[in-house]
Amino acid sequence: MKVIISNIFLLIGLIFNLLGCIGLVRLPDVYNRLQASTKCVTLGTCSILLSSMIYGGVLVGTKSFLCAIFILITAPTAAHALSRASHIAGIKLCKGSVCDKLEERKKNEEA
Amino acid sequence: MIGFGFIILSICCVLCLYRVAKGPTPADRTVAIDILGIIVVGFCVLLSLKTGKDFYINVGLAWALLSFIGTIALSKFLEGRGFDE
Repeated sequence: MKVIISNIFLLIGLIFNLLGCIGLVRLPDVYNRLQASTKCVTLGTCSILLSSMIYGGVLVGTKSFLCAIFILITAPTAAHALSRASHIAGIKLCKGSVCDKLEERKKNEEA
Repeated sequence: MIGFGFIILSICCVLCLYRVAKGPTPADRTVAIDILGIIVVGFCVLLSLKTGKDFYINVGLAWALLSFIGTIALSKFLEGRGFDE
């Protein structure tokens, strides 16, 4: 029973990781790539860690739990810093973008 | 199942390395390096499940820390450099 549940979580994590990486290759823009890959890969890796938490003993489970909490805290922080830095560095949005709130806010502050 | 996982995560690493090699801007390469760091943590966990040794999870924890620090440093570097034409 434990092995079956662990394998199900492992399979979910692998599917999310693969979809995130396909999004990293296929999407047209830095910001699109960032949002697709960061969310999918964070959830996928945390699911793999949950599978290890179910399958392993107490020591492995505690370490996996710490690792999952750490990834859940740091991955969105890194993605936020990176997207803000690339907007400040002047990288353009792709052609079909409809909304750029940070640019509007900068113009309002200048005016 | 775990062998299948190694194959899938290797495909993910190859896709990330493709984006590192091809990415038009430096930000694309930084995003791909960040994602690659998170995937390697999953790889370490699978290695620990396969071999039954628990120190691979310590390797994954340290790898996550170093990947986060590296991404923050690279994004600060991008922010200060300014690609205005």
